[in-house]
Amino acid sequence: MLEVRGVRQVFGGVTALDDVSFRVNRGEITGVIGPNGAGKTTLFNIITGIYSRTAGAVFLEARDISGLPAERLASLGMVRTFQNIELFSHMTVLENVMVGLHARSKSGMLACALKMPWTVAEERRIRTEAMAWLEFVGIADLAQVEAGNLPFGKGRLLELARAMACEPRILLMDEPAAGLNSQETLGLARLIRAVREKGVSVVLVEHDMELVMDICDRIIVLNLGRKLAEGTPRQIQENPEVISAYLGEEL
Amino acid sequence: MIKHPLCKYTAFVALILIIPFVLKGSYLINVMVFVGINTMLAIALNLLLGYAGQISLGHAAFFGLGAYLSGVLTATHGMNPWLVMVAAAVGVGLLAFVIGFPILRLKGHYLAMATLGFGIIVYIVFNETVDITGGPSGLSGIPNLKLGPVAFDSDLKNYYLVWIVTLLVVLLAVNLADSRIGRSLRAIHDSEVAARVMGVNARLLKVQIFALSAVISSLAGSLYAHTMAFVAPASFGFNFSVELLTMVVIGGLGSIYGSFLGALLLTLLPEFLRFLHDYDIVFYGLLLMVMIMFMPGGLVRGIPALLRRMMTGRKKGETVDA
Amino acid sequence: MEQILQYSLSGIATGAIYALIGIGFSIIYNATGIINFAQGEFVMLGGILTFFFLDILQFPLWGAIILAVTGATLCGLLFERLAIRPLAKATPINLVIVTIGGSILIRGLAMLIWGKDTHSVPSFSGDNPIAIGSATLLPQHLWIMGITLAVICLNKYFFYHTINGKAMRACAYNPRAAGLVGIDVKRMVLLSFVISSAMGSLAGIIIAPLTMTAYDVGVMLGLKGFCAAIIGGMSTGMSVVVGGLLLGVLESLGAGLISSGYKDAIAFIILLLILFIRPQGLFGKAETERV
Repeated sequence: MLEVRGVRQVFGGVTALDDVSFRVNRGEITGVIGPNGAGKTTLFNIITGIYSRTAGAVFLEARDISGLPAERLASLGMVRTFQNIELFSHMTVLENVMVGLHARSKSGMLACALKMPWTVAEERRIRTEAMAWLEFVGIADLAQVEAGNLPFGKGRLLELARAMACEPRILLMDEPAAGLNSQETLGLARLIRAVREKGVSVVLVEHDMELVMDICDRIIVLNLGRKLAEGTPRQIQENPEVISAYLGEEL
Repeated sequence: MIKHPLCKYTAFVALILIIPFVLKGSYLINVMVFVGINTMLAIALNLLLGYAGQISLGHAAFFGLGAYLSGVLTATHGMNPWLVMVAAAVGVGLLAFVIGFPILRLKGHYLAMATLGFGIIVYIVFNETVDITGGPSGLSGIPNLKLGPVAFDSDLKNYYLVWIVTLLVVLLAVNLADSRIGRSLRAIHDSEVAARVMGVNARLLKVQIFALSAVISSLAGSLYAHTMAFVAPASFGFNFSVELLTMVVIGGLGSIYGSFLGALLLTLLPEFLRFLHDYDIVFYGLLLMVMIMFMPGGLVRGIPALLRRMMTGRKKGETVDA
Repeated sequence: MEQILQYSLSGIATGAIYALIGIGFSIIYNATGIINFAQGEFVMLGGILTFFFLDILQFPLWGAIILAVTGATLCGLLFERLAIRPLAKATPINLVIVTIGGSILIRGLAMLIWGKDTHSVPSFSGDNPIAIGSATLLPQHLWIMGITLAVICLNKYFFYHTINGKAMRACAYNPRAAGLVGIDVKRMVLLSFVISSAMGSLAGIIIAPLTMTAYDVGVMLGLKGFCAAIIGGMSTGMSVVVGGLLLGVLESLGAGLISSGYKDAIAFIILLLILFIRPQGLFGKAETERV
């Protein structure tokens, strides 16, 4: 599905990622964990085309996507969410999700300005589908609220709905549980499983070990920019190197 | 409040149609011609600034290019004004498209400065190419537009001419704002990185809206040249770019009808501030600052909020729950 | 060849002015993230207040200069308190607009008070040209270079060797952290406006004898100063000075050798080229966006 091959990233002399390689299998939930500063978010930013890498390559279903700008990836089936949710805060919740359907709609500037019949029809489709995704994450009742006024937990759900509206084949989530209470985290775990049920592969960076061990099929451990280990949650929990990297933390 | 976009638009058209009867014989009808031109310009800038969130302090340049292209090619070279108008709009749009790529890579203050620099360069060119533009003293003898037997040579005729185009621009802008494209522009405004992740080609879209904005400005410029029959560089300098910005901000960023309000207010104001002579500039500066400080959403949002507050009898400081 | 030397020399003098104004831009930008479009107006105030105190109120030159700097600085202080501070949470675009509004207001008031006429200010020490090789310089040129140099040294000393200067640098790097360690960030913002309006007005005063002064000279000078700051990557140090000198010399050469009508255009073409090719300035490092 997704393959990261020998990715290296240097920021002005500091090596943030060093020769990181791994694969993500179709239909699985893959967790990327590691102590702070391990390079997890950098890795995400490289995979999703926000940073350009120093060396290495990223493949999406055998297609080399390294170097492609972020906006090309949505139509290739890859979207992501952000650690500090990036909502369109002056737009309504519904409109946020409607932007998620951008890559799957095509009315151009002229057609939109002239309000051509097919544009109107497309707009109607966008609205219905967006509503359906809001129902999927369970915030359909908030559709007309301005996104900036949402409580943090709901914002996370909105971000998930917006990402799902792209109908991705692979979804990357950067610390989806950060800032959520335990109740909300449980709901999130249920949702992530539901996302997988729809045939979407999921990669998540996460600090909440309980969540990671609970829902992930496979886990990749980064430490100081290098891949430390890779395996099932069980294998990771028993890996002595991982334990020493996380010394003192309960896995 | 009228909610449905079509009703709003119909009401607006009705208002524009009524105005000539109300102002019959008044010189204000002439002022309303300029309100129309300024409305187009403000909408053009608003699409860029209010929707896409990209500032331009050089929009007077596109307006001026349209005006001078029309003026020079019709007055000096006797070409067909309608053809020139279209050709100028296309040409100016292309120019904006080309310079849009490097300019819109910049953000915030840098973007403001780059557009400002562009505006000043164009302004200097208007002044210095005396052989073509007539330099600082201007270019006169620009013919009025003609459509078959009708020559647009009176204020009233020009009113209808300018406002037909303006109403068309309003309609197209309202449609665009309320579409997939408008939504993507606002998304770029709020979080460019998230918009890109959702597949919005932010860079291209910004350049496209910049070009569209330039096309509208150029059209307004051509109409201005033909209704005035005279153009001079002073109308297209930095001050006018700032005035356009003021219209957009005062009317309300991201509101098409707000741009009309802003244009109306700032075009009519000098008529009522005649007694201030040159000192109206002080008033503008003050107005601009006060609006940003106390009504950052512009008149479109500020006035309803004020009315609501007055009607419910709430005092300042209390929050009005939506 | 002689001409080139002559143009370069006078270019250096105007460039020094651009540098002073540019550093003023940078100081405010670093402290607040605001580009103060009203910066040029303080330059204008410097020149026109000097004229006012000297010609109208009959103060001696040195007294007029001190009063002019004080007056312009007070304006800067008021501007910060009345327009900038209340807008602490405004968007960059709104801040740009407010400073533009402020600049129009100040310019308009100056027109109201001193009219639209151009006023002259006498040179500090006569107008007898000094020959340097085949070129000549006016004593005022030397004043400009000398005062600029002194101000820059003072500036350097302030930012690196005084507690307030260090605190301001801390605010520039990270205002929140600076606030946490007990630095009064608001006061530092105010101070940045005070310093840069003082520097701007001084620039306006020392150039006034060469270019005369009027209510509207601030616009162009301010914009050129901003060019210098952009070329120098918005630093408060030598790179802006180099930027200003580069701009001054190129502009002066361009005006002399190509066309004087396009003198102002040259500065802005340089600005655009730099923004297009190296938006971080000639000497700056690129930044990566954090998500």
